[in-house]
Amino acid sequence: MIERYTRTAMLLHWLIAMLILGLFGLGIYMADLPLSPQKLKFYSYHKWAGVSVFLLVWVRILWRIKHAPPALPASQPHWQQLAAHAGHGLLYVLMIAAPVSGWLMSSAHGFTTVWFGVLPLPDLIGKDLELAATLKLVHRYLNYSFLAVVIGHALVAIKHQWVDSDGTLNRMLPSHH
Amino acid sequence: MKRSPLLLLLLATLGTSSAFAVEYTTVIPEKSKITFTSKQMGVPVDGKFGKFTATLNFDPAKPEAAKAQIEIDLASVDAGSKEANDEVISKGWFNVKEFPKARFVSTSVKSVGGSRYEARGQMSIKGKTRDMTIAFSYRPAGVNAVFEGLLPLQRTQFGIGEGAWGDTSVVADEVPIKFRLTASQAIATPKK
Repeated sequence: MIERYTRTAMLLHWLIAMLILGLFGLGIYMADLPLSPQKLKFYSYHKWAGVSVFLLVWVRILWRIKHAPPALPASQPHWQQLAAHAGHGLLYVLMIAAPVSGWLMSSAHGFTTVWFGVLPLPDLIGKDLELAATLKLVHRYLNYSFLAVVIGHALVAIKHQWVDSDGTLNRMLPSHH
Repeated sequence: MKRSPLLLLLLATLGTSSAFAVEYTTVIPEKSKITFTSKQMGVPVDGKFGKFTATLNFDPAKPEAAKAQIEIDLASVDAGSKEANDEVISKGWFNVKEFPKARFVSTSVKSVGGSRYEARGQMSIKGKTRDMTIAFSYRPAGVNAVFEGLLPLQRTQFGIGEGAWGDTSVVADEVPIKFRLTASQAIATPKK
């Protein structure tokens, strides 16, 4: 019997995964749209989802501190285990850095981020269009890197499941009984 | 600020008291500003108009005789971003090619207590004229006076943002316009 993540950890993982994939798609799609009411809606949805991820990640980190993840399969070589920990650490860093870069970029453009149109986030930096242009590049390339790491994460999970068949992925899937 | 013959006449007729009346008439552009806040998806976005002219006649002793005319050069708008600036001067918004100016002309002014006043008048934007009431305050500042107030503009009343942009859940209907006008005084010559 393999040891699994807790239900809460699974819920957080898959919820955040879906949000992040949606955010990547929407972010790439909306960036070059001409100005329209639809574009303003998309930008707002993107920001709301991004702030949600930022908050959920902190919940996830706190949960993880209290509930240690299940051990990796003992059959895995040491270097793979190290790589897995490094990769997961990097994902956590990116899950925080990506929304923060978007939040700062928005402030620099002079647009306060208002979560769900209700809760304004503080503007940590004032309006500065030059800085905004730089932060736009930071947000873009940070997220391209993030997307690459997510794809890598998914490919490795697929490899463990269907090539190695070592049950690594099952740790993040609910059991069937 | 150019003074029209009509205003000169007005000045002459206003100065009926035997004492010298202090009247503020000339708006100093460098010390004045007109700003607004649009709300996009619940996000307040600040904007301003860089060019405007205003003609006033305000004597704190006789506020009911006061007059004001404000003209805003709509092409001087800064709506918060380059993208928004290009959009907001276009046909569906201000249509500055056909309607370059917004104009407010007061019809009556009354004191509402303390240093607060209300100016009723007509606002004309994009070929449409609507009655509007502006709340403002008056405060002497050295030899000048500062007038601060709020125009409660509802953009859809003037067709500002047509078609898909008429969706007020995206861009709110209310676009409050704030102004701070600093005016210098002219001493009205008594008739006697």
